[in-house]
Amino acid sequence: MSGERRTPQSLPVLPEAPADPGRRSFMRTAAAGAAVAALSGCGLEDFFRKSFRELSKGDVQKVLASLERKHSAKYGRAVTVSGAPAQPGVEFGYGLDLSRCVGCRRCVYACVKENNQSRKNPQIHWIRVLEMDKARGVDLAHAEVYYEADQVPRPGHFYMPVQCQQCRNPPCVKVCPVQATWKEPDGIVVVDYDWCIGCRCCMSACPYGARHFNWAEPTLPKEELNPVTHYLGNRPRPKGVVEKCTFCIQRTRAGRYPACVEVCPVGARKFGNLLDPESEIRRVMDTKRVFVFKEELATHPQFYYFYAT
Amino acid sequence: MRRVVQDVVRVLALAALCARPALASEAAPAPAARPPPEKPGQFQAEPPPFTPGIFPCTQCHTTPGDRTRRELGFHDDIHFEHDAEHRWCLDCHSNENRDVLHLSNGDPVPFTESYRLCGQCHGDKYRDWRVGVHGKRVGQWNGQKTYFLCVNCHNPHSPRFKPLTPEPRPARPEEMRR
Repeated sequence: MSGERRTPQSLPVLPEAPADPGRRSFMRTAAAGAAVAALSGCGLEDFFRKSFRELSKGDVQKVLASLERKHSAKYGRAVTVSGAPAQPGVEFGYGLDLSRCVGCRRCVYACVKENNQSRKNPQIHWIRVLEMDKARGVDLAHAEVYYEADQVPRPGHFYMPVQCQQCRNPPCVKVCPVQATWKEPDGIVVVDYDWCIGCRCCMSACPYGARHFNWAEPTLPKEELNPVTHYLGNRPRPKGVVEKCTFCIQRTRAGRYPACVEVCPVGARKFGNLLDPESEIRRVMDTKRVFVFKEELATHPQFYYFYAT
Repeated sequence: MRRVVQDVVRVLALAALCARPALASEAAPAPAARPPPEKPGQFQAEPPPFTPGIFPCTQCHTTPGDRTRRELGFHDDIHFEHDAEHRWCLDCHSNENRDVLHLSNGDPVPFTESYRLCGQCHGDKYRDWRVGVHGKRVGQWNGQKTYFLCVNCHNPHSPRFKPLTPEPRPARPEEMRR
């Protein structure tokens, strides 16, 4: 599968690379023994810059401003790239009521729209809705992602949407060889797309299939771009990086609910601050039957499934 | 005739004055029984989903109607499946003022606070709804939220949740190859 893909891709990459080749394409080129080609471009500043976490405040502003210019020019309208940090005293928690979810996939497409994922070839969905048999319970061997139906819920089935579980002990962070992914103080596991080298170690480490790779240049029609973005969230991604759910970091750090929460027609999705006893997520944890997915792996998710009835 | 009316009014006013202390002592525990006002503004909710042109109901219903349970000639678009064997319109809709609902004790409830009416029978769901476990809220996770009323998601006349048409399935990996 990959052989067929790799041959045509590795060669034409250089000519189609923009004037700003960036660190990742440099790595690829260097591996191919053509480092000079990358350095000859005008991306030296990007190439030598530090990772997002090590930048000083002033440098962060410079990087954000340059990204805003780049994206605005590419998509033909004003794009904002925020670098809003975690709010103090906040640890996000997410609840999903399995007794309510009807498997309508509204969340999947709201997420794609909000977070500027690639629409097709590659099609990237951060949320996957698993259809399961009521008689079997949560049983991955018999779960179906590609179910088709005129109407949902289908009799005898229940639905379990899976997205990034924002683990407190995230295997993906542990395996990243360049520390391009980390856990933020408010609990969101993020990726610095400019630092990611596309090795996909995190994808193989993640037990939830929550990380997705841009095999090709993402297809994001100009008119469908969501121009309100965050550096670590939904800003347009280049080809060859890994991306994932960030609890809609661009919304939640501004106090709003994630897009999937707002779109859910049955109100199955709950979101809030785990440190606030009055928040709905804490009410869920206090009063309902709650479980985490693949508990035995000790990833300690901040994403809780529950049964409200 | 007029004097008689005046006398009656006077007597009534006197009675009301006398009764006031007793009423006040009775009224004191009442707010505790009435749930919401813990946090004012907390229950800012979406407007109820009226059929266009049908509200206010007093456009047609100007006087109290016949209380007997029967088939309705006019509202034939309402498919009533809400414990239909035991319930009918005037159990929730006020007969005296059709622009409001009423609780089982007769207190009027505006349509925008219909959750108080629903909560009389569905107490467990009402408890969950008030703290945000049941139902849906939009807005700010740490601030102002808009609640969805029970009737924004459930048709009050036929509350069982209707099946939905799902969005398309994701592409299989083999379909994404060019």
